[in-house]
Amino acid sequence: MEILAAIVVGGLFGCGVYLLMSRSPVRLIIGLVLLSNAINLLIFVAAGLVRGKAPLIPAGSLRAIEATADPLPQALILTAIVISFGVLAFALVLFSRTFKSTAATSLDEMKTTDT
Amino acid sequence: MKLLLILPILIPLTTAAFCLLFWRYRTVQRLLGTLGSAAHLLVALLLLWTVRQDGIFATQVGNWPAPFGITLVADLFSAIMTVLGALMGLTVVIYSLTSMDRDRESSGYYAFFHFLLMGVSGVFLTGDLFNLYVWFEVMLMSSFVLLALGGERHQLEGAIKYVTLNLISSALFLTALGILYGMLGTLNMADLSRQISGGMHAGVVSTLSMLFLVAFGIKSALFPLFFWLPASYHTPPVAVSAIFAGLLTKVGVYTLIRVFSLLFAQDIAYTHSIILVIAGLTMVTGVLGAMAQNEFRRILSFHIISQVGYMVLGLGLFTPLALAGSIFYIMHHIIVKTNLFLVSGVARRLQGSYQLARLGGLYQTAPALTAIFMISAFSLAGIPPLSGFWAKLILVKASLDMTGYIIAATALGVGLLTLFSMAKIWAAAFWGDAPETTVAGEEQPWETFSLSEKIALYLPMILLGALTLTIGLMSEPFFELATRAAEQLLNPAGYIDAVLGGK
Repeated sequence: MEILAAIVVGGLFGCGVYLLMSRSPVRLIIGLVLLSNAINLLIFVAAGLVRGKAPLIPAGSLRAIEATADPLPQALILTAIVISFGVLAFALVLFSRTFKSTAATSLDEMKTTDT
Repeated sequence: MKLLLILPILIPLTTAAFCLLFWRYRTVQRLLGTLGSAAHLLVALLLLWTVRQDGIFATQVGNWPAPFGITLVADLFSAIMTVLGALMGLTVVIYSLTSMDRDRESSGYYAFFHFLLMGVSGVFLTGDLFNLYVWFEVMLMSSFVLLALGGERHQLEGAIKYVTLNLISSALFLTALGILYGMLGTLNMADLSRQISGGMHAGVVSTLSMLFLVAFGIKSALFPLFFWLPASYHTPPVAVSAIFAGLLTKVGVYTLIRVFSLLFAQDIAYTHSIILVIAGLTMVTGVLGAMAQNEFRRILSFHIISQVGYMVLGLGLFTPLALAGSIFYIMHHIIVKTNLFLVSGVARRLQGSYQLARLGGLYQTAPALTAIFMISAFSLAGIPPLSGFWAKLILVKASLDMTGYIIAATALGVGLLTLFSMAKIWAAAFWGDAPETTVAGEEQPWETFSLSEKIALYLPMILLGALTLTIGLMSEPFFELATRAAEQLLNPAGYIDAVLGGK
């Protein structure tokens, strides 16, 4: 299961980076989305996949009796999802605003501020 | 005392929230923005004073014991950085009172400015790696908005590059962080430091450290990852440029120094040699890029890159003197660089352009501005007895102590080329003949400013200029502070004890 998930993560990273290289703004944004999803999965896989063992401590006991899933990565991912949602929404608006106001279709036409 | 750690984050947050509440009242926002920054600076100074007296101290947010909860921790280095951040906040806010246009002021400029300061303070004070990521995003999000606010074409173009590359950097940071957690099961920096120094997974840790180097390298504009900086820093209004130039890349440098002194100090021969080489290349490429430019703010932007090289140079050498040099350099650089950007803004007000070809004769028309520029520019180039001279001297001495003759020669050569660039601005904008026709900018012409508005422009520059002189002429207390901060960085045991309670 972990190997399969790792392959999925690798595939998502590859697709994301490939799209980031393209000249089209829409592809660039999709690339960023794929990349952020790949990382969320990566955190999940790296912390270890445990099936069907909720991290619940029985009443009266101070620690879990058997090994359970680690809840922290899920909290991290949840935070990362919220952040990347906000940031990507902003990026999407920024790109659409820019390409509307400049009537450009390719990132190659965005070179006036470069040095 | 615990409150002191939270206040530098809480005050900007409250200020920003109230600025948003008074969305329609521009005057109230201006007042709140200034008062909030002043309070922020006071608290930061108090924090520095406390840390200097009582040593490193930490607090566990929500009373969850470390390493499970989020830790806020202040050692001397983070306290110094918090003070510098707050100081830049106050000076740039005062400058903005005149320099920022009405439209931007009414679209939430002060609110986002304080969100930015909150993010910066958060980065400096957190003791948890994931929390660091969150503060980075807070800071980046507000910087995105500040950069694009106003929506002029060149601003949007600059913002696209800035946003994309910084998102990639954050993605890399998060990747490294996820793998680190999977490996060691903790994200508390003190706990991580303890586990890594125990020698576990040495090979993977070195690999991960390189991932961190790339992620923070993008943020601090290291060679060869700096391309977003000269493409975007000259596009927003000058007050925004100034706060970006003063703080944002230095936040990257702060995290680099923190991470490579606390966490990844287990294979110095490998990691820190790479950092040293990158530092040299960053210095050289930055200064060469600046020589090719003929626009005030673009020259200054490229110089940020070359100066970041100096700061990272101290980290690469990793001796007490070198790290103290880095910290001293950061103190000097933030003040000087912000001031130079503020000067460029007034020059543009006076003559309507940032192009050196269209500037001239400021020596006669604005002698005070000329004096401030001279202090800052010569300090940047490292002319004695200004602050930049001592900063460079410490770093060069530290290199020579380590028999790093090549890097010392590079540092000196780059200093000379910096002088060349500054002399170019000096000759064209301040000494040269005044342009025959000044292009009328879209902005309000200088003659119509009232006295109080002019004071709001000049006061921050005079303050920062005086600070540069103070650091230069009385460098001893500042150097002592930097030395003690470097000692704390090199002996992480104190930091770990403060966070984990000496377990």
